[in-house]
Order: sequence, then structure tokens, then C-alpha cells
Amino acid sequence: MVVDSAPVADARSLWRVRLGLAGRSLKQNWSLFLQTRIGILGLVIICLYMLLALAHPILMNTVWDERIYDPVIGFAFDETEQPAPPSLSHPLGTDPLGRDILSQLMFSARSEFLLGLLAAVVTVCIGTMVGATAAYFGGLVDMLLMRLADIMIMMPGISILIVLSALMEVGHLELALLIGILSGFGGTGVVLKSQALSVVVKPYIEAARTSGGGTLHIILVHVVPNLLPLSFLYMMFTVTSAIFSEAVLSFLGLLDVRMSWGLMIHTTESAGYLLQVGEYWWLIFPASLSITLLCSSFYLLGRSLDEVVNPRLRRI
Amino acid sequence: MAAYIAKRVLQIVLTLFVFLTIVFFLVNAQPGDISRLYALDPNLPPETRAQMQELFGVNEPLWKQYLVHLKNTLTGDLGVSFSLYPRTVADVIKERLPRTLVLFLTATVVSFYLGFGLGKIIAWRRGGWVEYTSTLGGVTLYTVFTPWFGLMMIWLFAFKAGWFPIGKFLDPVVWQDAPSDANSIFNLMLATAVILSVIVFGVFLVTSKRRLGMARVLQVGSIAVSVLIVVGVWLSSGVGYLAWDIVKHMVLPIATLTLISFAGTMLLTRNSMLEVIREDYVLAARAKGLPEKAVRDRHVARNALLPVVTSFVFSLAFAIDGGVIIESIFSWPGMGQTLVAATVSEDLPLAVGTFVFVGLFVLLAHLAADILYAYLDPRVRY
Repeated sequence: MVVDSAPVADARSLWRVRLGLAGRSLKQNWSLFLQTRIGILGLVIICLYMLLALAHPILMNTVWDERIYDPVIGFAFDETEQPAPPSLSHPLGTDPLGRDILSQLMFSARSEFLLGLLAAVVTVCIGTMVGATAAYFGGLVDMLLMRLADIMIMMPGISILIVLSALMEVGHLELALLIGILSGFGGTGVVLKSQALSVVVKPYIEAARTSGGGTLHIILVHVVPNLLPLSFLYMMFTVTSAIFSEAVLSFLGLLDVRMSWGLMIHTTESAGYLLQVGEYWWLIFPASLSITLLCSSFYLLGRSLDEVVNPRLRRI
Repeated sequence: MAAYIAKRVLQIVLTLFVFLTIVFFLVNAQPGDISRLYALDPNLPPETRAQMQELFGVNEPLWKQYLVHLKNTLTGDLGVSFSLYPRTVADVIKERLPRTLVLFLTATVVSFYLGFGLGKIIAWRRGGWVEYTSTLGGVTLYTVFTPWFGLMMIWLFAFKAGWFPIGKFLDPVVWQDAPSDANSIFNLMLATAVILSVIVFGVFLVTSKRRLGMARVLQVGSIAVSVLIVVGVWLSSGVGYLAWDIVKHMVLPIATLTLISFAGTMLLTRNSMLEVIREDYVLAARAKGLPEKAVRDRHVARNALLPVVTSFVFSLAFAIDGGVIIESIFSWPGMGQTLVAATVSEDLPLAVGTFVFVGLFVLLAHLAADILYAYLDPRVRY
């Protein structure tokens, strides 16, 4: 780093300018985001599910009796037959094993969010590093990373995860890591590299290099921050694919998890209620609709962020 | 163009090599070996286990195993399935690959065509209610929980309405005293489909330079005529009712796969169109006074097609995943259902063999997309 000879007051005003700029661009981006409309819908649904996930521990500690409402080991003693249709005490009924559906739904929402967040963070960390390194070094490193990315992109993710679940025990944590690796070294890495390519040719990178900045320093301080808006966008798509993969795998009974939306439908299937959609709708619709809604919401959010970030998609 | 294709083929071969290596090390990174699957069986004496280890070659050094793995895979020897013993993996795949190909290719082509057509329209009418409803509907279908969607289709159209059979490949009652077996009939159907698609492709190739209205008439006319001829031939062949039975079983899975995958192409086409609309030549085309439809289809859509074809690889992986799920929901005995069933029953050779074939298929499709791209974009012909 060059030694900063400017007085402290100047540094402070520099920060004020930076904050002001950030605030202004945030405001501008927010108004662009509002224009897309579909993004707002996604955001509202995501917030709704977040509230559900947050409300679960509160309800468990206050209103709901743990023996009846526990999502995994509870049993609805107050119902005569299982699965019980929706009632006042069980707003979405109970499943074939006598567990409260609403409680399962809310409990799973939290793990879906955690899974999505973890997968997205892993993806973005790997993807940003892959993109920045490939663009900065070019040559052999670039070629190796991009050929690897080609394989990752081409391979159908769910099929890989299915095969992997035959080879090892896959739980939420492993799933998040696997999805993060697949997507970080794959599609996200490629997109971030193409963005990084336009960053590494900027004069300030050259300036940092001539003033003696190390490779790691330049990548972390000068390249990566400029990739963050785009990687934030790709986080949304990763969340969609993480939630979706989790649901499919646990629906097929291949995941080692205690409770999830996919597992709820798996329970319905193995109890033989799958085609009785009309009579036992509460066994199928809440979980399936939740998966669909949350996946679409993150996807819509990602799309509208795309319109915010990508100026070529804006209205003329 | 030939040099370009040769280069791509070389790359694909290298990628295949890397892919097989990854598969090998994935399988071998697991603790224990294949005889471990039987380690908990009390009836298995230690000698038998040692014999098994020798038979499978798992006590050889790793590099030797790797070479054997490469040689076996390339010569099509993928081992023996545990759950379908004594059938070999290659035999199972040979039976099921065509079924998946038909399901997958039909759905991909239809959804590509549908998605591109709809994408053109919603990009042209940006901001209208048409755009919002199709974007919302498309995204919902694209991210819908596929098993549930398949289930709803079965419930609605097969269970309640009774228009289609509930899953499976054929109806045993119809086939009780059929003159030939299902696989040969199915292969004939596959051949018919290939001939038909070649005709359709040829028609589009020949008419693409004609005026818009004229081209439409020629396309629809010649395709209708060839479809009529094919239907006529099948009806007079005497095994038409058998083919019809398979077709009836195919409609629902294909429709489901199409519905979940067209939105990807649609949304991509829309974005691609919006980028092309800003180009100067579009303004020039408008200024020349060309009709709106000609500007849209011949000037904007033609150039918007390129990124859509490039991203075909993305949608390919998506459609294969969708196919895997849909096959298991509809009990369609193809590669996807085999993959899931083999995994659930811990039939490792079959699961890995199927996965290798899925990978091989993806690579070939990638190559096909590259060649198509080289044809569509004159700039890559160096």
C-alpha cells in the first residue's frame, strides 16, 4: 500500500463521499428494481416465508405443546385418526404419522433458507475466486479452470447428486457444499470470469500493480469487490437450484435429513396417499406449493436484479 | 467449418477422458470396495469375499484399476447389474436408451420451438399484460416442483379425466398376443421420428430464404403432407395399434417435460431480443418500411437466436434433470428411471454405468449444438 499522507479529516470526508455515492446508487437501483414489478412479488413471498421460519421457534416455546407439535417426533393425540383434516388446532391437518403439517412446513422453511444461503455463499466464494483468478492470470490457469467449468456446466446437477447419494451419506450440509462446488466451478464461475475480464483491463489495476501491489492483494481488494453485484445476482439462482435439488432428492428418499418439504411428500408417497389429491390435499399441496413458490420467488428476484445490473436490458 | 468441427471433436474426446477419470475417482474415493456391499451378509464366507475382490479386481493397484476402468468403459463393458442380475449394464442401457432419447428429444425440440416463439412475442410487447402473465407463468413452470407437477398432470389427465394411461411404457393387455415385441416396434417408431425430423429440418432449410407468408404456407403444407403419409404407412402396417399404445403412454410425460422446460428458452429469447432490438440494423429495417413481422422474425429474432443456441447446453442439463425426475414419476422405463431405481436399490454398477451414458449423451448433444451454432453464425467459419 502507498502510505497515505492525507490528513485524517480528508479521509473522513472521503468516506462521506463514498457513502453518499453508495446511497445514491442504492436509491437508483431500488427504483429500477421497483420498475420490474415481478421482483417485488418475489421479495414479498420470500419475506413471508422468512416470517414463517422465524415464527416456528417462538410458537414452539409459547403456544404449541412440544409433544404434539414437534415436526419430527410429535404426535397429534387430540385427533382420532391420522391423517387428520385441517382443524382449528391443526390448521393444515396432520400427516399419516400424526405430525402437524403446519409445524413441519415452518420448521422446514428455516432449513431451506439455511441450505440456500450456505449453498449461495459457497458458490459465490468459489465462483468469484475462480472468475477473478482465471481473468487475472489468463493462459494455462484460465484454460484449465474454464475446461473444468465446461464439464460442470454440461453435467446435469440432479443426476450427479443422485449418483453421489448412492456413494455417500448426503445431508443438508453436504448438499449445500456440493451444490456450491458444482455451481461455483461451473456456470457462476464462467459468468463472473467474463465480468472480471472487463475489470482486469481497467487502469486502476495497472496502477495497483505498478505501485507494488501483490497478486493476492490486487485480486481481493481491486477485482473481487467489482464482481460482487453480479455474484449477488447469481446467489439468487443458486438458492433456487439448492432448494429445488434438496426437494427432489429428499422426495426420492435419497437424502439424510430429519425434515424437509421434499421429505413431507416422500412420507405421503410411501404411505400411499399420493394419488388421492382431492381427498387428502393437505398432504400434498402445502409442501409442494411451498417449494414451487420459494423457488420461483428467488428466481424472479434474480431476474429483476439482472435487469438492474445489466444496462442492456433496461428500457430505452 | 470442417476444421472447426474437428477441433470441437478433439475437445469433446478430451472432456470425455476427464469425465471418465472423475467418475472413476468419485467411485474409488468411497471407503471400502464393491465387496463391502456384502460385508454385512453373515452367509458370506471370507473366501468368497476374497474371491469376489479378485473377480472385481479391487485388490489391484489403483492405476491398474483405472486403466481397466477406461478400457472397459470404452469397449462398452460396464459390468453386471446387481438388481437385474444376470443382465449386464450395457444390455439394460441398450434397451432403455432409445426410450429416453425419444422422450427427451421430442420434448426438447417442442419446448425450444415453443419457447422461441413465445419469447419473440413477449419481447416485442414489452411491458404489456402478455409479458407479465407469460413471465410469471413461465417462471412458475420453470421452477415448479417437478414431481408434484408430474403428479398433478397424472391426476388430472389420467386419473380424473381418464384420457391417458397412468404411467408405464405400454399396456400389457394390448400386447398380449402382439406379432412382435415392444423394443422392435419402438425402434421402428424411432426411425420414423428421425425421418420425419430430417424432412422438417430440410423444409425449414429450403424455405428459410422465401418471403415470410409464402414460407409459412410451404412449411405447414409439406409437414402436414409428410405426417399424413407416415400415419398412413403405420395404419396399413398392421402393428399400428401397438405403436398407438406406446404413443398414448408417451404423450403425458412429453407434455410435462415440455411445459417445465420451455420457459428457459422463452425468457432467454426475450432478453436476447431486447439486446438485439437496440442495434442499428433494426432501425434501418424499420426505416425501409418493412412490415413489423418481418423486422421481428427476420432481423431481430434471427440474430437473437445465437445466444439462445449457445445456452442450449445449460438447458440441456436442465432438461435431462427434468427427464430423470419425470421418468421416475411416470414410471417410464428410461435412463432416468433406471438411474434413480439403481441408486435407491444400491445397484452401483448400473447407477455408474447409466451416469456415464448420460454424460456421454450430454457431450454428443454439446457437439451437435456446436455444429448447429457454426451453421447459424457465419462468423465462426474460419
